[in-house]
Amino acid sequence: MDGKLDWLAAGLPTEGTNAQLPRAGTVARRDVPTCRLDELLGPVRERVREARWDACVVVNDERVVFGLLRKAQLERDADESIERVMRPGPSTFRPHVPIAEMAAFMVSHNLASSPITTSDGRLVGLIRREDAVQAAHELHAGKEQTPWKRKTGPA
Amino acid sequence: MPHEIHERREVQALMDRGAQIVEVLPLDEFEEDHLPGAIHIPLSAIETEARRLLDPSRPVVVYCWDTA
Repeated sequence: MDGKLDWLAAGLPTEGTNAQLPRAGTVARRDVPTCRLDELLGPVRERVREARWDACVVVNDERVVFGLLRKAQLERDADESIERVMRPGPSTFRPHVPIAEMAAFMVSHNLASSPITTSDGRLVGLIRREDAVQAAHELHAGKEQTPWKRKTGPA
Repeated sequence: MPHEIHERREVQALMDRGAQIVEVLPLDEFEEDHLPGAIHIPLSAIETEARRLLDPSRPVVVYCWDTA
């Protein structure tokens, strides 16, 4: 283990004040549909629709992320392979990213959704911008009611 | 005899077997996030506090932020 950062990036549990705060990994939706590179789009699209999702993450057997399918990709021809239609190498984020930071980034970069992965590249879930923004808002609203201790100087 | 650990699974296995987990980062960083069951001994005090706080009969895992 390469330090606490590696432990956090793997989405492993911690203790402490931050452990109770929402982070990218806790807000990410773990029920996001997944598919493999060698599948055809038609059956995958059907599966995504039945799950009432508008996105799908392309992973291998170890849930390592290879790509992402959003609305435009899901509307392609049914006989095309996932490998051909997917958006390869999507930007991913680690589970321990604070939710306010995550929400701000998604808004400023107009990201509708993003896979959250461990440091090994394994899928934790898909975070949607609206979920991140709402969680950040709720956290902020909670902080306004309960003052948080602020750092006042160097350690 | 101390040695470096680079696999999380090895740390988890040691934790399951009752290893003592020690974080040497500043106290405020420890209070924000630490490994489950970890105790705090700042690096500056490790040589003196380790003898007082740790059980010499059990393995000890010491960690900081990263390998840099």
